Amino acid sequence: MDSAVPLFRMEGISKRYGGVRALEKAELVVTSGSIHAILGENGAGKSTLIKVMAGVVAPDEGRMTLDGREVTFPSPAAANQAGIVCIFQELSLVPDLSVADNIVISDPPKRFGMIDRGAQRRIAEEALARAGAADIHPLALVKDLPLSRRQMVEIAKALARKPRILILDEATSALTAADVSKIFAVLKRLRGEGLALLYISHRMNEIAELADQCTVFRNGRNVASYKAGSKSDNEVVELMIGREYSHIFPPKPAAVPGAAAPRLEARKLSWTDRLHDISLTVRAGEVVGLGGLDGQGQRELLLAFFGVLRGLSGEVLIDGKPVAISSPSAAREDGIGMALIPEDRKTEGLMLPMTVRENLSFAALDRLSKGGIIDRAAEQRLIDDMVALLAIKTAGLDIPVGALSGGNQQKVVIAKWLMRQPRIILLNDPTRGIDVGTKQELYQLMRKLADAGAAILFYSTDYDELIGCCDRVLVLYDGAVKRELVGAEITERALIASALNIHGEESPVGLGATA
Amino acid sequence: MKDWRYWLAEQRGTLLALGIFIVMFIIYTSNHPAGFTANVVQTAANKGVLLAFVAMAQTLVVITAGIDLSVGMIFLLTNCLASWLVVGTPMQTTLGVIAVLAVGLLCGAINGAIVIYGRLQPIVATIATGAVYYGIGLLLRPFPGGSVNEDLADAMTGRVFDVVPASLVVLFGIVLVIWVPFSRSVLGRAAYAAGSSETAAYMSGVPIRRGKFAAYTLAGLLAAIGGLFLTFFTYTGDAAYASGNAYTLFSIAAVVLGGVSLFGGKGSAIGAIFGALAFRTIGDLLFVFDFDPLWQPLFQGVILLIAVSLGAFALFRVRNRLEWFL
Repeated sequence: MDSAVPLFRMEGISKRYGGVRALEKAELVVTSGSIHAILGENGAGKSTLIKVMAGVVAPDEGRMTLDGREVTFPSPAAANQAGIVCIFQELSLVPDLSVADNIVISDPPKRFGMIDRGAQRRIAEEALARAGAADIHPLALVKDLPLSRRQMVEIAKALARKPRILILDEATSALTAADVSKIFAVLKRLRGEGLALLYISHRMNEIAELADQCTVFRNGRNVASYKAGSKSDNEVVELMIGREYSHIFPPKPAAVPGAAAPRLEARKLSWTDRLHDISLTVRAGEVVGLGGLDGQGQRELLLAFFGVLRGLSGEVLIDGKPVAISSPSAAREDGIGMALIPEDRKTEGLMLPMTVRENLSFAALDRLSKGGIIDRAAEQRLIDDMVALLAIKTAGLDIPVGALSGGNQQKVVIAKWLMRQPRIILLNDPTRGIDVGTKQELYQLMRKLADAGAAILFYSTDYDELIGCCDRVLVLYDGAVKRELVGAEITERALIASALNIHGEESPVGLGATA
Repeated sequence: MKDWRYWLAEQRGTLLALGIFIVMFIIYTSNHPAGFTANVVQTAANKGVLLAFVAMAQTLVVITAGIDLSVGMIFLLTNCLASWLVVGTPMQTTLGVIAVLAVGLLCGAINGAIVIYGRLQPIVATIATGAVYYGIGLLLRPFPGGSVNEDLADAMTGRVFDVVPASLVVLFGIVLVIWVPFSRSVLGRAAYAAGSSETAAYMSGVPIRRGKFAAYTLAGLLAAIGGLFLTFFTYTGDAAYASGNAYTLFSIAAVVLGGVSLFGGKGSAIGAIFGALAFRTIGDLLFVFDFDPLWQPLFQGVILLIAVSLGAFALFRVRNRLEWFL
């Protein structure tokens, strides 16, 4: 590092969300005219770090300096003002406005107090051209553009703000290969112009091509900084893991019931550009994990099984018989007996202001009622069973479910579905944001249900969980099953390597089990 | 794609409303005993602009993904106030008009402040403030009465060059003076952005709060202009509760008919004006067909349902059913 003052420096930055430490005394030094890659697992603190830099999140402690002067960013606008512009993973485009409107949104050109549309058009066209996306029409509405085009607009929008520090958070995840190479040319040119670029990506080959400097984050801390190219992929993965396993998982059965016929089977399932020819099987008594980076189609796959997606191609078989599941209520019918524990319990799992009792009975009301009248006594018996089985801690059944802790809310979601005694249970990252104690109970419960004969398909962003809970893990990448790991093959190294789609020491096995 | 196609796509809702209005108006005038005469147009225009002003007011708020259930009551309150103040010498009358408009602005600003800075839900906040505004109107005019400067009133409700209804000219002027600058200003764009995706707007450093505040405040002003016109037509002030409520609800119908999305971020006040004019014409159709007026609400409802479903076709293309609920 030069003796000169670095462009931007973060020192001792910490941030907590409730009891969760997202950042713990993190440090970062950014210099002009270089591309700095940030690496780390899901939840290592990268996103929080960026949000602090961009003024979206205020740190609990620590200081930031720009050109050697201390700065604070109370809002994204303040960070923009200082020349820090971020391209977020979740797009920050306004869908109902045009491309040009979006590109100039933070500081539109004005004439007589009104927005100068001619000037706006010129700025937009220039920015699109700089981003190598001159094919996008400035008058098109953002919501009508496909995801990859939107991402290009996002980049053009950032460039129009004349940044000094440009942060790209997974900015290439939705891009086609052709766009990626254009963007890389743009980024290298910007580096030549003296910009500082922060580049966050899970794609190791991109980092190898672009980065000058790398910093690895783990558990909210920066654990290593090194010159790009000075460490092998394996060393980097090692740095990213470096965690102990906690012994909170129930023992797995010795032998996978391999002979049993599959309970749930998919054959060449495809949907728009998010799922590609997915084939898999889940047997009764088996816990099958879905791994990979966040957003590689895992969520869509579960929704596809549950009858939420339209225009699916391929086949879904239950007990070997093809079925067409057209809605969640069809999915829970007796012949299928499917349950989905959704990712966002607050919007898709619970009616927060309604009582624990009401929430618990929703999915099973048809079983508890005769001629439209609910059998209160039967309902009460079933609810008591569930509250005892899951050890739901609540002050009563008639308080709003929103008053429960996150872990107990999640238990209510699960209990709601268990009241129907499902034969196939789909779980979408069910332990996100809940405490370790409850997590442990959920792991035990999952195994108990499998032992009782349920087929379980379990998506998690936490590799430890996949290792600890699953009999098999299918790793998804870009909407397709890239690798199947069975039994002892399920290691953190294998999971990360296949999630990043780099070929580690073991050569990838073929696609998922097909019938 | 050519520029004009994008323009066309953007104006689809407005053009659809214009089309519905023209069709309805042709049916109306061709069956009217007097036919397409200046008199018929003037009467229709005078009835239509009242709802058009209130619908414009509603549009501004709906664009921010909010809703203003007090517009009808601001309309009544300013009517009652005008029946006291818009009288006397030209000077006094002018001051009266300014005072009435200022009260409208204030009512809108109060709504905006409560919704934006008090973080109350628009629907609840404006039900409450609407009741307050109605209450003040009732104290001003416990019984229908008062008067208005008749020279001004007659000029505003008459015809320009004996052909064009003056009320339409004023409506056009208001669009030029209020809507066009607003929709092209940074604040207007902030209102659209906030209605379309408040998080994205926030992340982009858009002045969301000022944009929404401007929308609510201008909505109050537009409702007050409507209130003034009501006074010009009736020569009196009348705190008629049912009428205020009807204007509020009809303004929502007109806005939807005009292609403004109740989810926010989309639509234009010009569409809402055509929506309002179309809605009024639909209501009057039965009179020219000589049906029993008892059928009017039912008939109006059915036509409205049909018109609104024209906008719902996009839902058939959704591939992920969860998007239905977004």
